[in-house]
Amino acid sequence: MTEKADFLTGDVAAGQPPRETFVLNLGPQHPATHGVLRVKMTMDGEYIVRAEPVCGYIHRMQEKMGENRTYAQFLPNTSRIDYLSAMTYTHAFVGAVERAAKIPVPPRAEYIRVITSELNRISSHLVWWGAFLLDLGGFTPLLYAFDDREKILDLLEAITGARLTYCYYRFGGLCNDVDDSFIKGTREFVAHMRPRLKMYRGLVTENIIFRKRLEGIGPISQEMCRKYGATGPVIRGSGVSYDVRRVEPYSAYPEFDFEIPTFPGGDSMARYLVRMEEMVQSLRIIEQALDKLPAGPVMADKVPRVLKLPAGDYCYAVEAARGRFAVRIVSDNKEIPYRVKLRTPSLSNLSLFEEASKGMLLPDALALMGSLDLVIPDIDR
Amino acid sequence: MMQSLSGFIAGFWQFIASLWPEPLRLVLFLGGIMAFVGLNAAYLVWVERKGAARFQRRPGPTEVGYAGLLQPIADAVKLLTKQLIVPAGVDATLFRAAPLMVMAPALMSLAVIPFSDVLSARNINVGLLMIFAFGSINVMALMLGGWSSRNKYAIISAARIVSQNVAYEIPMLLVVITMVMVTGTMNLSDIVKAQAGPFWHWNLFKVWVNPLMPVTFLIFYICMLAETNRAPFDMAEAESELVAGAYTEYSGMGFGVFFMAEYANILLGCSLATVLFLGGWQSPIGIWSGVVWFLLKLYFLVFSVVWIRWTFPRTQFYGLLNLSWKILIPVSLFTLILSSAMLKLIKPFAA
Repeated sequence: MTEKADFLTGDVAAGQPPRETFVLNLGPQHPATHGVLRVKMTMDGEYIVRAEPVCGYIHRMQEKMGENRTYAQFLPNTSRIDYLSAMTYTHAFVGAVERAAKIPVPPRAEYIRVITSELNRISSHLVWWGAFLLDLGGFTPLLYAFDDREKILDLLEAITGARLTYCYYRFGGLCNDVDDSFIKGTREFVAHMRPRLKMYRGLVTENIIFRKRLEGIGPISQEMCRKYGATGPVIRGSGVSYDVRRVEPYSAYPEFDFEIPTFPGGDSMARYLVRMEEMVQSLRIIEQALDKLPAGPVMADKVPRVLKLPAGDYCYAVEAARGRFAVRIVSDNKEIPYRVKLRTPSLSNLSLFEEASKGMLLPDALALMGSLDLVIPDIDR
Repeated sequence: MMQSLSGFIAGFWQFIASLWPEPLRLVLFLGGIMAFVGLNAAYLVWVERKGAARFQRRPGPTEVGYAGLLQPIADAVKLLTKQLIVPAGVDATLFRAAPLMVMAPALMSLAVIPFSDVLSARNINVGLLMIFAFGSINVMALMLGGWSSRNKYAIISAARIVSQNVAYEIPMLLVVITMVMVTGTMNLSDIVKAQAGPFWHWNLFKVWVNPLMPVTFLIFYICMLAETNRAPFDMAEAESELVAGAYTEYSGMGFGVFFMAEYANILLGCSLATVLFLGGWQSPIGIWSGVVWFLLKLYFLVFSVVWIRWTFPRTQFYGLLNLSWKILIPVSLFTLILSSAMLKLIKPFAA
């Protein structure tokens, strides 16, 4: 950080506001924003005086849509909010409905939910890994990541029929049971992925240029995370061991032995390392779940065909790849909910960008934005 | 066979020289240089795309011609048929002139590169000086392109180009001064001739003249990457930050010429590295020297440039400047002083 001070313009170095600034309109179409995010940046040379994210370019009224259709009709929508972790998002909605209607889920279904959610988390982190390196100017890792992700997509396609926007979880269980080929394929994938992650470490994580670009760059303090409600790898990269799987245990997660990777640095490198370590932990969870996978049905009996949730206020949170995703349903005992609130992690994670990017160089700020792992439809909903 | 080939070329050349006067020879050679650069710029794009594809475990261009070999021609046709849009409010003259001003110096500089003992368009005594004089125009042209585009990304890119090139011209020139002192000439042909013999006579391995010679080569190579705006120093065209940098507003062949100039500059930089450090057309075993060796060394260096681009992420801008001002310039100054001291101390005894 001290290195940067040499290049500050006179005004900023003296603690004064800069005399001459210009506005750089980054987006809504820009290679670094990975979608239609627009950031209005007031710049002093290459230094950011103020970066103001402008949301709403892909607002699809997901919450309103939830309020004028039945639960079963809204279920496919949830997988389209954050298209990279569709499994965990459907899990939250399904979980909220199950909690409200008191539908017991068979243990086999819970185990398979954990396996598929963790596979989905790995595939999401792989996309982030590739895209993040693309932000930093490294092109090749993206193709390597997609090569591995392809294996996950093939596995999930075989059981769910979809490659990206899965609608596999149903109220009370799953739509299909998994077959032996899926279990075998998943075991092979776990065996394949471990050496690959080791290779990624040698190829990218230990690269001197890469480390220089991330270490000490874009610090986010614990206070800032709390202030803006940042969750997921962002808050864990600031040294707070907050993971919904641990603090509000759901599904079959309490039965597995896994760690919550936390790095105290708060810089872009810490957030990077958290995600890389999370992939290792996800592999551990998948392996344990495959070992302990119980037999039995994957669907609860007697799930009412027409769901009417008893009047009340229900909430269910899951740990999605980007952080805490919570669904809140307010029901007035009708087929259609009174209110559906979707608490998405990307919006909170983006909110701190304005404060965190103050005084940063443009490329560093874009690296910071990449390390937040934003999915734009997840911000706008 | 190689000897007979170069013998044939030499004989052919003497035949032409006896037939035609000097101006015709110049036209022939400059035309040859232009064709060489044009062909290389087109096919280095193909090499880059194929190389990148191999590094990324995909096939790359396959559709146009065998293994995509006609792809550069298809690209050229596409770029030539597209409109060159001059945005409203730009300085149209500068905007149109910038691509030409990038391409022309690279072409001119290649005129003094000796491809073999007979294949050199102009064999002038200050060839090295000429290359660096033209190299500075290249920077200016890129800056003009960025500046005249009336685009904020292009202006940021232009500012980056200038500070980057100023920072890297200094260690590069210090290295080149070292080489001029070691070889005692600025004539590129003479520099190659001074490296005659097996590979340990190449400047890269002449550690008895200067024990830091490999370091000098490394500095030259890094500076060459930075001067040609190649990854990991591609600050000017950092597409994840600045969209396309100075080229953002260029379309059609305006962009195409910038693109070709990038490869022409790589070609020039690698040729210079070959001449200064790798013994030019000299063969590594001492016999059968010829143009083939020059091209082999040249394309090995070009391939390494492609290799680096698709392996490393981009550096940070202050990291780039720190590398130059805090490491490369002191080290190259040190090698300069060391080799001048060694020349003073050793030469009298050797002579």
